[in-house]
Amino acid sequence: MKVQATDWLLLSPELFLTAAGMILLASSVFVGKAKEELFGFLSVLMLGITGVLLVFVSTMPERAHGPILGGMFVVDNFALFFKFLVLLAMVLTVLASVRFVGEAPYPGGEYYALVVFSGVGMFFMASGSNLISIYVALELMALASYVLAGYFKGEIKSTEAALKYFILGAFSSAVLLYGLSLVYGLGGKMGLADLARLYTGTQRTNAIALGILMILAGLLFKIAAVPFHLWTPDVYEGSPTPVTAFFSVGPKVAAYAIFARIFYVAFPKFQADWGLIVALVAAATMIWGNLAALLQTNVKRMFAYSSIAHAGYALLGVLGFQTKFGMWGVLVYLLAYTLMNFGAFALIIFLEAKGYAAESVSDFDGLAKRNMPAAVVMLLFLLSLAGIPPTAGFIGKYYLFTAAMDAGYAWLAIIAVLASAVSLFYYFRIAAAMFFTDGVSAKIPVSYALTAAVIICAVGTLVIGVAPESVLDVLHRCVPSKY
Amino acid sequence: MGAAEAAGSALLTGVAGWLFVGFALLILGTAIAVVWSKNPVHSALFLLASFLLVACVFILEEAEFVGAVQILVYAGGIMVLFLFVIMLVHQRTAAGTPAFQHQWDIALLLLPVFLIPFLYILGTEKFTDIARNPDAFRAVAGRVIGNTEAVSWLMFRDYLLPFEVASVFLLVAMIGAVVLGKRSFEKVD
Amino acid sequence: MANYFPILILGLLAAALPLATIFLARAIQTRRPNPAKLEPYESGIAATTFAFDTRFSVRYFLIAVLFVVFDVETIFLFPWAVLFHRLGLFGLIEMVIFLVILVVGYFYVWKRQALDWA
Repeated sequence: MKVQATDWLLLSPELFLTAAGMILLASSVFVGKAKEELFGFLSVLMLGITGVLLVFVSTMPERAHGPILGGMFVVDNFALFFKFLVLLAMVLTVLASVRFVGEAPYPGGEYYALVVFSGVGMFFMASGSNLISIYVALELMALASYVLAGYFKGEIKSTEAALKYFILGAFSSAVLLYGLSLVYGLGGKMGLADLARLYTGTQRTNAIALGILMILAGLLFKIAAVPFHLWTPDVYEGSPTPVTAFFSVGPKVAAYAIFARIFYVAFPKFQADWGLIVALVAAATMIWGNLAALLQTNVKRMFAYSSIAHAGYALLGVLGFQTKFGMWGVLVYLLAYTLMNFGAFALIIFLEAKGYAAESVSDFDGLAKRNMPAAVVMLLFLLSLAGIPPTAGFIGKYYLFTAAMDAGYAWLAIIAVLASAVSLFYYFRIAAAMFFTDGVSAKIPVSYALTAAVIICAVGTLVIGVAPESVLDVLHRCVPSKY
Repeated sequence: MGAAEAAGSALLTGVAGWLFVGFALLILGTAIAVVWSKNPVHSALFLLASFLLVACVFILEEAEFVGAVQILVYAGGIMVLFLFVIMLVHQRTAAGTPAFQHQWDIALLLLPVFLIPFLYILGTEKFTDIARNPDAFRAVAGRVIGNTEAVSWLMFRDYLLPFEVASVFLLVAMIGAVVLGKRSFEKVD
Repeated sequence: MANYFPILILGLLAAALPLATIFLARAIQTRRPNPAKLEPYESGIAATTFAFDTRFSVRYFLIAVLFVVFDVETIFLFPWAVLFHRLGLFGLIEMVIFLVILVVGYFYVWKRQALDWA
């Protein structure tokens, strides 16, 4: 294996992010609870520098030479897109956490360090081009997530969330790992491109199908698709709300990155086989996610089911990989989803200020009277989540549904449209509570960091919705490379 | 000790195949006993037996390094962890709880649904043979040295990146242990 | 595989010796059962609680987790050490990076007083 100097430059965002996490961790023991806002700003600064490094890496011509470090790590446009997206999710999480964690009786330094380390895992997932490096990165992300879920250890629900997340996550990892070991045992290859080459001349055997099926099950678990979704409502409900917001975008997006890359690069030959399973899972996910969301009174649980449904929509793009809009649709949708879903969670956090918790839908009662801008922005996110123009959610869904039609899954596209219509009901319940009911008239304290996060999400949702061309052109070039 | 000699052979052949089946059944038996035992200390001992048997399988498959790691980390470290957990819980109350969740009947019903296709596929499939190299597990750059050296050669060169990510993983494990396991953080200097 | 045959014999011998002692003792011993013989301390202070009822501090668990983490770390050191010369400077740098990351963790654990017993 040859290692060149430029390889380290290509790795620089990850190296810096790891160093940033270690600096946050080491400094956490010196700064007391009173001054821990410092960590929030330090994290944003570090994430900003990581962003600059990412931009620098995106200009390097050496990216085109294929995977580096023994075929473990690839920096194609696809990887860069997901890294920017994960970075966005991390910045938003940190901004949304500053007040929330500050008010809680738990130390702040480790919290931000864990968010950063989880991000390091996601970065390596986005760039993984070998089953081993993908798996190790996935576990790094997952371990940091388990700890974050249980971070408010004094609250029994948080501990329960961590335990459930850990046990089910470990179980799904075991299934995934078993699938990976079968695929490796049958071909003796770990690199995704090597696997694709291995399969070009061969027929599918039952054993390969079994391996792929188990990998599929493990990954569907991570993106919380029905019937592997059971952990989601409990984990989302019990975790500290900024962490829930992070879970609903960060790990899900990263899991989609490896899902797309593994199945697009290594297993496209067997799409006829896994396609039907993914189609059935997508249908079940969209139907059950939306129907179950209708029945929820707890907002965090409602959004948990809503995020399950959204994972189902994105699966349409995975099915339509080979068509013009497939991969593109997944990327557009994940970007839109990150912005609008995080935005909605940011407003839940906003309402969850001291003495006022947005746990139930009725907590949104009369928000329009108390804080008109917040109500309007929430309405924007709800419209986008429901897929109504002119918002980002509409653009994303448009491409995904087109991709499903082009790939011959018209029935699935019809289910998707019907499921979206169902979703209007529960999103509308929140909208109705905000505008048409009277609630308590307590003043809600404003956090500047949180406001910044909301503004980023709102502007992004609107810009993609109103003027999609600029974003779409960039994303069009971001399919995974098949080195 | 090859599992496959001729082109396209079954998964298990020869003495090694039967030894593997024997160990596998023992592992399965001890693993079931872990769940079944009412007394947590018995569970722990069965778990230890299961770990040691897994180490035997690794050695049988000529992966001596992993076998040694299995004994050092699992039978040594993880086992201590389990013993502490047993000491942390009230055994009186633990003894009264049922060993199985109420959904055990559904699980039992689903077991053959997953197990039979699995065994069928692994039992009937002809596995394409990868060119057999008896020294593959102990060669370093063409020279036969030993299993640990071969693992080292692979891990520190081809798998450099996952190796370094693993250290970040261990770091996160440390943070997690302190964050979740430490009682309070009031004393910050 | 043949290399393991002596180990197998050693294992059998090691198992046979205590088993033989136990059964031999059973065979030739005289039995005079007495409840006092079953006390934890036969001639000492009477036990006030059952061993079952004591719960240990969670600190033990914390120490055990940290032990496992460092145990795994040593496992990684071992293959590097046996091939130290062939891996050369490159391997040394790799290992230094690996250790630096963990030393930061050690520093954190230490400073957070997770190793203190007070």
